Amino acid sequence: MTQNVAGPLSFSNVGRDRWWKRGAFASQTAYVAIAFVLITVLVSIFAHNFLSTGNLLNTSKNFSYIAIVALGSTLVIITGGIDLSVGSVMALVAVMTAMLMKTFATTWLAGIPYAGITLAVVCGLGVAALAGLVNGLLISKIRLSPFVTTLGMLSICRGMTYVITQGRGQAPAGPQVDTFYALTDGKLFGLPVPLIYLLVLAAIMGVALRHSRWGRWVFVLGGNEKAAQLTGVPVDRVKISVYVLCALSAGFAGILITGWLGSAPANLATGYELKIIAASVIGGADLAGGVGGPVGAVIGSALIEVIRNGLALFGADTYWEQVFVGTIIILAVLVDHIRTREAE
Amino acid sequence: MAHASGAESAAVLQLEGVSKDFGAIRALSEIDLVVNAGDVVGLMGDNGAGKSTLVKIIAGNFHPTHGKIRFDGQEHRFDRPLDARSVGIEVVYQDLALSNNVSAAANVFLGRELTRRVGPFRFLDHRGMNARALELFGELKSETRPKDLVKSMSGGQRQAVAIARTRLSNAKLILMDEPTAAISVRQVAEVLDLIRRLRDQGVAVMLISHRMPDVFAVCDRVIVLRRGHKRADKPINQSSPEEVTALITGALESA
Repeated sequence: MTQNVAGPLSFSNVGRDRWWKRGAFASQTAYVAIAFVLITVLVSIFAHNFLSTGNLLNTSKNFSYIAIVALGSTLVIITGGIDLSVGSVMALVAVMTAMLMKTFATTWLAGIPYAGITLAVVCGLGVAALAGLVNGLLISKIRLSPFVTTLGMLSICRGMTYVITQGRGQAPAGPQVDTFYALTDGKLFGLPVPLIYLLVLAAIMGVALRHSRWGRWVFVLGGNEKAAQLTGVPVDRVKISVYVLCALSAGFAGILITGWLGSAPANLATGYELKIIAASVIGGADLAGGVGGPVGAVIGSALIEVIRNGLALFGADTYWEQVFVGTIIILAVLVDHIRTREAE
Repeated sequence: MAHASGAESAAVLQLEGVSKDFGAIRALSEIDLVVNAGDVVGLMGDNGAGKSTLVKIIAGNFHPTHGKIRFDGQEHRFDRPLDARSVGIEVVYQDLALSNNVSAAANVFLGRELTRRVGPFRFLDHRGMNARALELFGELKSETRPKDLVKSMSGGQRQAVAIARTRLSNAKLILMDEPTAAISVRQVAEVLDLIRRLRDQGVAVMLISHRMPDVFAVCDRVIVLRRGHKRADKPINQSSPEEVTALITGALESA
């Protein structure tokens, strides 16, 4: 080591933060994780059937759909953007996949095992990727604001959903439709498959964010986009990639919900964009950019679902859910604000 | 190595008749200058004198309207900042171009991250980058921890991070845009020390500054721009703050 720290030069005015202001403790995700555990304990004490296997399996399945999209949404939020179109992308992909499955079942594809459902799912995800690509191109190359662009995409995708379905729900069909249900609504190792998908995707996202160049650039885009540009980071490509991934996560969740419901209604996931963004934000993603992660997205979504489920088990009016979720959003951000102000 | 014609074999940067027009406005006219290896050149001038335009031309932000840029004896035409960087010109921007939410090492290696191949994937080489960043901070004699977030750093440490970034590629010329404008007196001394260390390693530094004491403390030569023209280019020990002030304001036409 060629280090010789001699001479009068030193920066002795910079100490180390206290342990509770450092590392994992110093994040909103940690606070919310603690809140999540406390609320879960409270709910399980007062609602006896909360801990029943059936209820736990149901709850963990219900929140997986939101959480999968919250993963994608968190990526966008880390770069300092926002994606409002996720709910309608879910619906459009869900109805298209179901309709294509039905259509392919009447063609020669029906003769090849699994060709119909595979192609329908691939096409559905292709539509999602296209929506994300359009968002990403407009936002990065033309520099439109993410809010306005994805608001437009929200309307376009929802409109397309109604145009192609004329408002009628679409049920998946075809020779291998049972396989489709098994893959979207089945169980693996006793756990609902949506939960398995969620955990696998969250793990991949965690590794990619922390240990790949792409992941680092996602954070730097939210931290200082100009610095990224000046140091040669391919800013536009990274930005497009997060919108495409976000739309893909929405499309994937839409397909899973189709399997769960056994049909894709045209009003599927209406208003989910706010729930999804709320989950990301509660989990610690900062709308100003630069902060967030998969653990936060999962915990944020789980917290919302536990509150909803708890209210239902108490026999309370479930319309209170939104009031509670709103309060938690504000509380989570408030605690983080007080903590960071203290640190300065 | 250097194979420029004539006596200026150590010239790193040569500008010949560089002019820049923005529509009807001539921001720079007919600038000739030479920077040699190990030179610390102060570039001074009032707001609107053309300092930033000149820096941006050298750094590849835009093309000159007329004139030539030679670097290491080769003529270059930079289309992007990356082109200038690839031949050995690094810029420390006024706002330092640092990302607060990632570590010092991550900022040093921004856009040039080291990776290790594991099967079909490439993962960041955190250990390698931290070690190299620590080495660079050591060379700059800066007490900066590679793993600390830039958010929690002092102005002097931030400068060290921005300067360490330019040392990754063994740059031959470093342009520093107002590095001492927004930091405390104590930290200014630290930054000036950093500049001296760069010079000792044979790096040419061009210091763009408003602060007369800094320029006279660290530079060998001072260049004064006024209204897009070069009004002076002389060794610092043959000039004085009074003379430079007069050149900047126009009280003195040239020196």
